Amino acid sequence: MTVAMIVRALLYILLAPFIGALLSGVDRVFSARMQGRVGPPIIQPLYDVNKLLHKQTTVVNSIQVLFVTVYLVFTIFTGTLFFAGGDMLLVFFALSMSEVMLVLAAFSTNGPYSIMGAQRELLQMMCYEPMTLLVAIGFYYANGSFMVNDLMKAELPAIAQIPGFFIGFAFILIIKLRKSPFDLSTSHHMHQEMVKGLTTDLSGHNLAFVEIAEWYDTVLMMGIVGMFFVTSNPISYLWAVIACAVVFFLETLIDNLFPRVKYKTMLIVTWSVILVFAGTNLLILNVLK
Amino acid sequence: MYVKGANTLAIPTLVNFLIIFPFVMAIIIGLLREATPLRSAVIILGGFTIMISAVYVAVNVLMSGDTSQFMYLEETHIPDTLVICGEVFLMGLVCFLSIKYKKYYAILFSLIGTIPVLWMDLSGKVVEGNTHVRIDTFAAVMYLIVGIVGILICIYASGYMKDYHHHHTDVEDRSNYFLALMFVFLGAMFGLISSDNLGWIYFFWEITSVCSFLMIGYTRTQEAVDNSFRALWMNLLGGCGFAAGLLYCNIELGISNLSQVTEAGANSLVIVPVTLFAFAALTKSAQFPFSRWLLGAMVAPTPSSALLHSATMVKIGVYMLIRVAPVMYGTLTGVMITVIGGFTFFAASLLAITVSDGKKVLAYSTISNLGLITACAGTGTTEGVWAAVMLVMFHAVSKSLLFQTVGDIENCMHSRDIEDMHGLIIKLPRLAFIMIIGICGMFMAPFGMLVSKWAALKSFVDSGSVWLVLFLVFGSGSTLFYWAKWLGKICTVIHQSFELEDITPKSEMVSILPLTVMIVVMCFAFPWMSGHMIQPILDEAFHTNIPDVIGGSDVIIMMIMVTMIFLIPIASRFLSLGKNSKMTMSYVAGVNAGDDRHYIDSFGKERALYMSNWYMEDMFGEKKLLWPCIWIATILVLVMLIVVVGGAF
Repeated sequence: MTVAMIVRALLYILLAPFIGALLSGVDRVFSARMQGRVGPPIIQPLYDVNKLLHKQTTVVNSIQVLFVTVYLVFTIFTGTLFFAGGDMLLVFFALSMSEVMLVLAAFSTNGPYSIMGAQRELLQMMCYEPMTLLVAIGFYYANGSFMVNDLMKAELPAIAQIPGFFIGFAFILIIKLRKSPFDLSTSHHMHQEMVKGLTTDLSGHNLAFVEIAEWYDTVLMMGIVGMFFVTSNPISYLWAVIACAVVFFLETLIDNLFPRVKYKTMLIVTWSVILVFAGTNLLILNVLK
Repeated sequence: MYVKGANTLAIPTLVNFLIIFPFVMAIIIGLLREATPLRSAVIILGGFTIMISAVYVAVNVLMSGDTSQFMYLEETHIPDTLVICGEVFLMGLVCFLSIKYKKYYAILFSLIGTIPVLWMDLSGKVVEGNTHVRIDTFAAVMYLIVGIVGILICIYASGYMKDYHHHHTDVEDRSNYFLALMFVFLGAMFGLISSDNLGWIYFFWEITSVCSFLMIGYTRTQEAVDNSFRALWMNLLGGCGFAAGLLYCNIELGISNLSQVTEAGANSLVIVPVTLFAFAALTKSAQFPFSRWLLGAMVAPTPSSALLHSATMVKIGVYMLIRVAPVMYGTLTGVMITVIGGFTFFAASLLAITVSDGKKVLAYSTISNLGLITACAGTGTTEGVWAAVMLVMFHAVSKSLLFQTVGDIENCMHSRDIEDMHGLIIKLPRLAFIMIIGICGMFMAPFGMLVSKWAALKSFVDSGSVWLVLFLVFGSGSTLFYWAKWLGKICTVIHQSFELEDITPKSEMVSILPLTVMIVVMCFAFPWMSGHMIQPILDEAFHTNIPDVIGGSDVIIMMIMVTMIFLIPIASRFLSLGKNSKMTMSYVAGVNAGDDRHYIDSFGKERALYMSNWYMEDMFGEKKLLWPCIWIATILVLVMLIVVVGGAF
């Protein structure tokens, strides 16, 4: 363990919520402008969470609190593992574990909207899980290691070898960042058939925890997007940041363009996209090797 | 009896004891008709004797550092005669029962499988003079699995059968017969693992086939009879494959022992018997197209499912595959076996989504996980075998725990449907907690199965098997779905529901608690297990060692994760998280009537409310997927047999 690793991990733990909040704020401003509105100030998400933290928390049962806490802790842990340079596969395994905790928090409430959200969230996980694992494998094919530390020292940006994986990953980010057409499990808009889905029965600091965890998660996802461009050359970090910005903007654009689809469509479309882009890429890499 | 090294003189005696004593136990238990404390005492005493001997042998072998000393020649005339008599007896038994229940096709398979072997034995065409018994590291590891997990299941069964007949008054109480069969099974397992002689392995192989058939048919209902005969014919078909391999080895190749087969390596002819053994292994391990026997096996009382799924029956198949893995490396057989395994892993995990019967989900999950083991073994690489052995161990522990818990839940609630387990954490908190650990052990991050899956993924990537990688990643998606929704059902907290009476007897807890502890301990112990159990196996099979499949820093991170999982709940207790929060009812878009199961609608009427899990039958339902999967796998198996076996002649 080197100093650089610890510094990166600490920076992530301290800064990620703010970056995540800002990204979320930017997303809201973008969306508003696309819809011809002015939109909230860019740090509105921070105000929101701050308010949530100061509200009285109502809970449905005490297990719920436990699950949400574990979810937050493990999401931070996962991100830290990634930015400290850990094993890509382990990052994704830990990530799906933390997600399951959020689902269990929703299940434990026994509320119809929460449980519907939980089932849909599980289905979403089933949709993107293959791709997240494939991303790790793709990096391994490209640079011969699962460790983020080694991947950072690559000669060539990974995107040169695994563009199909990049497309697949950008596609499942729609699910991961809870964007329409695949925002089945929670909706960011009111008055919908599922209320707030997964988070319907969360309030006060529990809801704030979930929001904060999602900020951490967003930064982690952007970190992985960046990994496709990072090489040993420091200038590559600039490219990585630009790529993240482009991908993030695209996700917001897609969110505003498409209406929500049924879960079957989501399953078929995402698995086909993964199979066509990442699967073909994998086959080609294997032949060339 | 000849033994190298006098200090380990006790081992051969103990091995003989382990093979014979379970049969003696079976006779004793068979005589004790009533479910008395005496019978339980006999089972517990005898069981622990077997367990201690098995562990003693295993530990001695593992610690010895040189396992070649545990091979011994025996004066095999008397045992050989016994084996021949046993084979004739099994054939007679199958014929008798087939005629009794008018299922004549089973006779055919039994005759085809047995008579040529008898002819070979009696006409002296058998290759003689090799060691018959061999305890190497892999055998020692299997000893631990059978000795610990298998015996715990038997102890569990002694309490379970009593409750079972309490609830199922329509079934004639033949629990002595059932318990005796379980011990016969264990004896056959010890025999199979210890034998190196193919003829003996075949004999024990057939005992397990017939034994599982008798256990599945225990209730004697029409369904049980049908399912048991299905299991019988499929396993006897596999047995025919094994017999063909055995004949080919002895007559054509002049080989009598399994270790000679695996040593032969470069010899291209040896692939023929290996393919036949692999075919037999597919039937035993319930891979597609032979999965239906395992699905039907759940009509029997739960201990038999636990035994078949975790420590014995299905593990024999993958045991054989792992044994012959070095020969399969880079051959068509290896490729076909990996494809069948990978396909089974994926297809069974999709099918598991669509069923709500707890035991059936477990059955599909067994098929799916064994598919993964099969695929790993089929690659024939060191990493693949590493992952396969790890999976065998973790799967045995987790699956037997899950079956036992489902059995107890069924005894308490009179249902084993997952939908009825809604709110189990309030109704039966102790069993629910155990079940949560068991389920987490099957799929979640720092637990055992995931470690092995991780290793499997690495081995597939390294061996460049793209299709397997795809099967594995998509299969993990669906695996996550069906386990997590079950977990969610259990964790649901329903207000105004009350704890049910937990009638699980102590004898069952004697079995369940150690298994629960083992799942947790194995999370910490896997680096040690890799070093002391799996590396020596690789050393014996491939004469090579591999660097740690899951390296140092990852292990530390996994340990941190396990610790966190157990510390956070405890810490939250002490910090009284959420204790100060206001309690409320969940939101139901109407007025919650207070019990989470009813709400008052806009007309002021009280309406029932229930949230079912998703089963997506229209997409992956058994009606839609099961038969196509079976046909695809049948074609794969036929291609393998025709090309490899047919090509040799």
